[in-house]
Amino acid sequence: MEFFPKVVFVLFILGESISITETVVVTWGIMLVLMIIAFLVGRNFEKIPHGIQNVLEVLYEGIGNLIKVTMGEERPGFIPYIGTLTLYLTVANLIGLITFRPPTADLSTTLALALITFILTQIEGIRRKGFLDYLKGFFEPLAFMAPLNFLGALTNPFALAFRLFGNIVAGIVIMGLVYQAVPIVIPVPLHFYFEIFSGILQTFIFIMLTLTFIAMAAD
Amino acid sequence: MPVIDGKALILAFSALGAGIAMIGALGTGIGQGIAAGRASEAVARQPDAQGDIIRTLLLGDAVAETSAIYSLIVALILIFANPLVGLL
Repeated sequence: MEFFPKVVFVLFILGESISITETVVVTWGIMLVLMIIAFLVGRNFEKIPHGIQNVLEVLYEGIGNLIKVTMGEERPGFIPYIGTLTLYLTVANLIGLITFRPPTADLSTTLALALITFILTQIEGIRRKGFLDYLKGFFEPLAFMAPLNFLGALTNPFALAFRLFGNIVAGIVIMGLVYQAVPIVIPVPLHFYFEIFSGILQTFIFIMLTLTFIAMAAD
Repeated sequence: MPVIDGKALILAFSALGAGIAMIGALGTGIGQGIAAGRASEAVARQPDAQGDIIRTLLLGDAVAETSAIYSLIVALILIFANPLVGLL
């Protein structure tokens, strides 16, 4: 049970030393695997899908439907971002099963993802409402509530990041404690809950909240 | 009587504090229980809307969970990244 990710190696660039942690290395691994799969499948799409193309088509349509349900209209422009989040977070949360440390158990990863969502939300708000109406949104319903509204908008990404981080780290800490107490048999069913169930649920919640924030910003 | 040094005292009270911080999860537990109960009632009344109800429930639970997650982070920081020992 380690709370902080291990430092794998240290880079020296321009006299600065940069620690490359397990988080970064595992993220590179996930990126590599996802990119290779995407390349192999995307190279020859077929009219009648078979094999892994079926899985990806189901995923694409599922995300499209989710966007339609949460936003009330078809917005195919969001499928790439949401789809990337889904694939990356699912693999990242489940990678604990093959003994790697999940990259999402590091605040840097989750905060970076949450900030991307935050910026996307603000841009979408400006684009849909116009800059003046976007600013006016902060002064509603009453002008003196503006500080509260600003604070509310700013804390959203932190809540989003801490939620994912907290859930995954809690899983790691509890599994670590269980392994210290009873190393055999008992941890097996707990893996189903803390890693498979919790990991997939947190992925779903992250993308649902992202979609909800974007939908809320747009109207 | 053995002398307790400052660091041991801080660590002991940090461990206690971590435990106390998790009391914050109590409210979340109650709230999520109420939400889940209402969701089951809603499904019983309208089984067709099950998908929508479950989605709303999970989203609401995720937001309600925030305070429990904050308690957890405070507890984890007190145990693993204690900022108070450095002040000594």
